[in-house]
Amino acid sequence: MKETSQKPKLAVWKFASCDGCQLSLLNCEDELLAVADVIEIANFPEASREVIPGPYELSLVEGSITTPHDKARIQEVRRQSKFLVTIGACATAGGIQALRNFKDVNAFIDIVYAHPDYISSLATSSAIADHVPVDFELPGCPVNKQQLLEVIIAFLHDRKPNIPHHSVCIECKQRDTVCLAVTQDIPCLGPVTRAGCGAICPAFNRGCYGCFGPMETPNTESLADELRDKGMITEDLLRLFRTYNADSPAFKMESERHE
Amino acid sequence: MTPPRPLYRLDRNDFGILLNILKEKGYLTVGPTRRDGAILYGALESVDDLPIGWTDEQEAGTYRLKCRDDDALFGYNVGPHSWKKYLFPSKTKLWSATKKGSGFEIDRETDTPPKYAFIGVRACELHAIQIQDKVFMGGTYQDPVHAGRRRDCLIIAVNCAQAANTCFCTSMQTGPKVDNGYDIVLTEIIDKARHYFVIEAGSDRGAAIVKKLPVSPVQQTDMDAAAACVENAEKQMGRKVDMTDIKDILTRNYDNKRWAELEKKCLACGNCTMACPTCFCSNVEDITDLGAEHAERWRSWGSCFTMDFSYIHGGSVRPSIGSRYRQWLMHKLATWLDQFGTSGCVGCGRCITWCPVGIDLTEEVKAICDNEEGDPSG
Ligand code: SF4
Ligand code: SF4
Ligand code: SF4
Ligand code: SF4
Repeated sequence: MKETSQKPKLAVWKFASCDGCQLSLLNCEDELLAVADVIEIANFPEASREVIPGPYELSLVEGSITTPHDKARIQEVRRQSKFLVTIGACATAGGIQALRNFKDVNAFIDIVYAHPDYISSLATSSAIADHVPVDFELPGCPVNKQQLLEVIIAFLHDRKPNIPHHSVCIECKQRDTVCLAVTQDIPCLGPVTRAGCGAICPAFNRGCYGCFGPMETPNTESLADELRDKGMITEDLLRLFRTYNADSPAFKMESERHE
Repeated sequence: MTPPRPLYRLDRNDFGILLNILKEKGYLTVGPTRRDGAILYGALESVDDLPIGWTDEQEAGTYRLKCRDDDALFGYNVGPHSWKKYLFPSKTKLWSATKKGSGFEIDRETDTPPKYAFIGVRACELHAIQIQDKVFMGGTYQDPVHAGRRRDCLIIAVNCAQAANTCFCTSMQTGPKVDNGYDIVLTEIIDKARHYFVIEAGSDRGAAIVKKLPVSPVQQTDMDAAAACVENAEKQMGRKVDMTDIKDILTRNYDNKRWAELEKKCLACGNCTMACPTCFCSNVEDITDLGAEHAERWRSWGSCFTMDFSYIHGGSVRPSIGSRYRQWLMHKLATWLDQFGTSGCVGCGRCITWCPVGIDLTEEVKAICDNEEGDPSG
């Protein structure tokens, strides 16, 4: 007989990451109690060691794939999950650790580890979608907790999450921030970066550094040309696009133009 | 036609009295104030909140504050954000619903705006407000948020005595002189001997306020000085654009190769539409809570530069950035005429200044007009 009272199971999985996105979920304190009312938290390493076996209604995946073991494990997570949602820049674009994709990993291993032969690592750090089909990707380093809740609620209720794909600038103007690219020539990636953070950095007089990754139609080339005209040197342009979302196709292509 | 109302002189030192009267009458006084390296609209507690002695320098993609060599109260041009933020807030909850038995109960959100007194509204901005009045209140269905905020809103306009490099109100016939729709209009005059305003009421509400002020009658010299201010602004007009036949020209230039240039340059960031005082598009989203007990409908500023804007089943109708820029320009200058009987542009120059890559609508129009490619016969 079908158990009608059974709550859908939510699982959180960690791959190569800093746990920041899981912490965003843990940060939802008040809301988490409500979450626990309607879903069973079956696996959430940051919160509890207990693991309830699958299958899972919704799996949130944090972190990128960096080892052969990860590669096998993500297949298992996918098999067990009805919906698989990646959370954060690591899971969605390979994260800051994807900087190694531009270099030779073995050279690093030889320098860093006393016994390089103990290390089993892939040549690249890659996004989850490079390995298994993904139902939804939530960007951010870390993800925004309101957006995370919105995604969880939307998937539980079978509706499309209200997650914008447009630029940070739109959020910046909506909150009445004065554009610091225009008033102070501060380099800002807002025009090519996806909204979601609420345009926090410009509100604190700092240019957007692109932690939410590329927006829907990022014209990085035009922005980079503008920044160069305003005096930014090639080296800095390369670094600007090579951070948390260095391996996302748009930012990768742009940084390579400045190599 | 109502007979012209008398003009008066108001001394600069008595300007604070105007603010006090407005406060006594229950208005929330908002106007220009200096914040974050710009002059933008915010609450005015006293005259000292005004950008006294400051001005702005604007160019495509740049804005800088500069000290003036006098103590003008209104010696600058339009800033980053328009009055739109008060009359058409960037985020509004439209209604919410709560589950009740097998159905749900709707809670109509009633907007309870303060009674605004806008201080320092420029001619182009007043035109923009009137354009949005048409958009939000001109048809069969009125937008209650805009209508409610507009109802008691008092407008104290200021004639521009200077123009920014990005201004082109003369081309759009919206300024620099304030012509209608105001409760009070001021012209700020600073000469060697005096700092004062020529003040004129434009409505009964405005006249009642002027009556309470310690004003004195104007002399011909005051009127001449006021006219000279406006002339000066006209002379300084930083940009101009020829709007003759603009609708026909744009309509027959759908395939102009300029759009491909814009495809390369425009970031589709949407800043121009957010900054524009007439852009009225919004995005409506429903949110639900975890237990599906409560739902809310929110409206927020939208932009035709986003992919979502023209999303229909299968994708966006305007996937290329060039086609989105074309939509924007066509709407502002051509299709707006069909829709509302006016242009959608008042020549305030905000889209030029606040574009991170300095795309200039006046330059784009000129480039298209000078290099027509479509068959001019139609
Ligand atoms: S500060 Fe940055 S994010 Fe904000 S509008 Fe300017 S360019 Fe866009
Ligand atoms: S299109 Fe540009 S110049 Fe015209 S009203 Fe809008 S912001 Fe001002
Ligand atoms: S230009 Fe775009 S955002 Fe502005 S009113 Fe027209 S369609 Fe809307
Ligand atoms: S014209 Fe400028 S402000 Fe407007 S979307 Fe393009 S880049 Fe952004």
